[in-house]
Amino acid sequence: MATPDVSLMPDVLEEPRSLNTMIRSSVRWESALIVLFVISLIYGWWVSPYFLNTDTFFFAGLNFGEIAIMALPMTMIIITGEIDLSVASMLGLSASTLGYLFMHGWNIWLAMAICLIVGILGGALNGLLVTRLGLPSIAVTIGTLTLYRGIALIVLGSNTAVGFPAWTNKLSLPIGNTHIAYDFAIFVVLVLIFGVVLHMTPVGRSIYAIGLQPETAYFSGVRVKRIKFTLYVISGFLCAFAGILYTFQQSSSASDTGVGLELNVVAIALFGGVSIFGGRGTIFGVFVSVAIFGSLQASLTAINVSAQAQSIVTGCLLLVSVLIPTARDSVARIRAQFRRRVAEAS
Amino acid sequence: MERVETPDEAAPPNGSDSKRTPDVAPVLVVDGATKFFGPVKALIDGSITLYPGEAHALLGENGAGKSTLVKILAGVYTADGGHITLEGQPVRFANPIAAREAGISVIYQEPTLFPDLTIAENIFMGRHPLRSAKRIDRSEMMKRAEEVFARLGVPLAPGRLARGLSVADQQIVEIAKAISFNATIIIMDEPTAALTEVEVLRLFDVVATLRSEGAAVMFISHRLEEVFAMCQRVTIMRDGAFVKTAPIADITIDDVIFAMVGRDIVSLYGDHTRTPGLNVLEVKHLTREGVFTDISFDVRAGEIVALAGLVGAGRTEVARGIFGIDKVDAGSVTIGGLKLKSGSPLQAMNAGIGFVPEDRRQQGLVMQMAIDRNASLASIRSLSHFGLIRKASERKLAAEWAARLRLKFGRFSDAVLTLSGGNQQKVVLAKWLARQPRLLIIDEPTRGIDIGTKSEVHRLLGELVDQGIAVLMISSEMPEVLGVADRILVLHEGRLAAEFSREEANEASIMRAAAGQMKVSAS
Repeated sequence: MATPDVSLMPDVLEEPRSLNTMIRSSVRWESALIVLFVISLIYGWWVSPYFLNTDTFFFAGLNFGEIAIMALPMTMIIITGEIDLSVASMLGLSASTLGYLFMHGWNIWLAMAICLIVGILGGALNGLLVTRLGLPSIAVTIGTLTLYRGIALIVLGSNTAVGFPAWTNKLSLPIGNTHIAYDFAIFVVLVLIFGVVLHMTPVGRSIYAIGLQPETAYFSGVRVKRIKFTLYVISGFLCAFAGILYTFQQSSSASDTGVGLELNVVAIALFGGVSIFGGRGTIFGVFVSVAIFGSLQASLTAINVSAQAQSIVTGCLLLVSVLIPTARDSVARIRAQFRRRVAEAS
Repeated sequence: MERVETPDEAAPPNGSDSKRTPDVAPVLVVDGATKFFGPVKALIDGSITLYPGEAHALLGENGAGKSTLVKILAGVYTADGGHITLEGQPVRFANPIAAREAGISVIYQEPTLFPDLTIAENIFMGRHPLRSAKRIDRSEMMKRAEEVFARLGVPLAPGRLARGLSVADQQIVEIAKAISFNATIIIMDEPTAALTEVEVLRLFDVVATLRSEGAAVMFISHRLEEVFAMCQRVTIMRDGAFVKTAPIADITIDDVIFAMVGRDIVSLYGDHTRTPGLNVLEVKHLTREGVFTDISFDVRAGEIVALAGLVGAGRTEVARGIFGIDKVDAGSVTIGGLKLKSGSPLQAMNAGIGFVPEDRRQQGLVMQMAIDRNASLASIRSLSHFGLIRKASERKLAAEWAARLRLKFGRFSDAVLTLSGGNQQKVVLAKWLARQPRLLIIDEPTRGIDIGTKSEVHRLLGELVDQGIAVLMISSEMPEVLGVADRILVLHEGRLAAEFSREEANEASIMRAAAGQMKVSAS
């Protein structure tokens, strides 16, 4: 029973890519990421002797925490074959709402709760437009990207909210005597949760099935719309949560908080091996991707590369992550062609 | 060039034509073509000789190497060894365009036309007749397209858009395209798989026309009845190698099957009499506006009920309505006494329905997912403990069903797209049978799968009903409907046109009902 039937194989080879090569390629991709991470550490150590110390680790965690947190629901959404480009605007709307309510004398806890509710509603609107009306998520979330930022602007105007309670300031310090940023600790907890859900539960399995073959998923009893809707709500919720963290760390909030971060979030997910076409990617890959981005940012900052110039690096990595799977296929094709020529010549 | 008489469909397999072949030179000779993919020998000895004016069937089980041979002739693959001689000249096609220019056209099972272009534009795509300044000469294009259709004797308007054409009409457009290329060899890869009987007959006429104009038609099909009705010679392959070529007149269906499978299949369909139990499924006045109207029937435990009818009669749509894929406008579906809510596949599943859909690739399987994950997809919740999938249980389920269904595969972690069509279908069956359904709805159970697996699937359906499962089967293959079903319901234009018991049913009566020639019988 377990012996492969060779006569069946031609059908196999007519397919562009088998799962084995996909699994192998994703394993290879993650190994490559780990190698890249080590290289980025060596590079950092080479440009700055102070790079390899715990402070760098702390600041990288602090600077990258929000983006990393938002990358987790983004990963799941992209695996289902959709996208959420409104994440940074959601973060900004949450930060602005928090600032507005606090300035108007609201209790800080109540204000935070309202922010989270705003996030849930924002995510739900995305989800409804995508699942109930069947609109393409890229268009919907570009729309809400502008919409949520616009609302943030109305809420807070050109004001900058400051003067948050002193305890909130702690969030920009390490946890206790460690060198771990709160953001990073929260991210690690979320990585575990998202990793278990995506890789070990029926819901996670369904997420992959939706991304690979939505109709089959539906025909197999997967509640495709419900899962997509829920993912958007979770995304909205975590973006609002990231907005609160961001505000407390900066000790201020403005309507332009986090402008443009959505591209970093997408870049991290794609660089982590998540396929923009859906159906592929792992939480582990995204985790390593976060580590690489964090380490690169730290080393570039160490050699005084401006934030603007750093975005060039982000852009290049994004391109690389989209290019490499395609390039790999082309290389395989060229090699096969070459081998055929050699065989024909001999 | 010798004129060949148009075969009469009613006549038995015609033998007179086969005598003619030695008189003319062959148009195509393939001798010992080989093709390897790494260590896998897809084609060991591909050999076939085509004469002008013949319809020549290429037969073999899935994986016999037919597709590889066709792809070599189409220029998709280049052969690793062997000789191809076209009109006396040795040839080697570097790409599909070279093959087409040499006069070989391949018509695939599911043609790919540009839906938003007209039929004429599709035919002349890439080489439109031009006027000055490279403007497309539409009137010339229309005229030429009309000429082609006139030659084929098919009334298709060249000016209409390709969108919405039936598969059969799309194939005709592809054939027209081949003719406009002056193809001397036309290869049809399972052209009749998605066609209704009437459309098949029309295709026969078109093939006869092509032959009378001197073209050689190579025909690949799993439907032996059609091969015997249409072709003059047959070449059989097994395990990548040539087995034999014979004139149709000198060979029987049993000989062909024996040569294809290398063993005797006693009978494709066993004889059976069953005594069904209680009603499992009750469908009452089910209506989806514009699709089907007032459909009422029952399926009892331990019986196979077939839904027959022409493609487009609403058979698949009724099945989708029952399973909750589409919402219905009126009527009810009751399973084991429980009335189902419309539009909820999950509820239908939980009530005990399994649904093997028509389109394995889009609806039945997640092609890039592993075999075990596909097999467990519908029962994944019951394989979980505290919300976590138990991998061992999942593997066990896959192993159990792989053994029961005699699945041929490499590893459970292989993607299902590495499997042959028949084995893919077994994975879909495993997926649903693992849920132990009370009712299995199965749409085109054996479409595009080889004869060996086909009879396995039929035997399996027999075993299932013997265990008391109710089966609702949709099939376009008349022998399957007649051979497998205990009762046959015939749909015509979205309405139930007739019901036959196994004993009453015959091909003619079903066809009459399907074509709307019969009033609803009292049932």
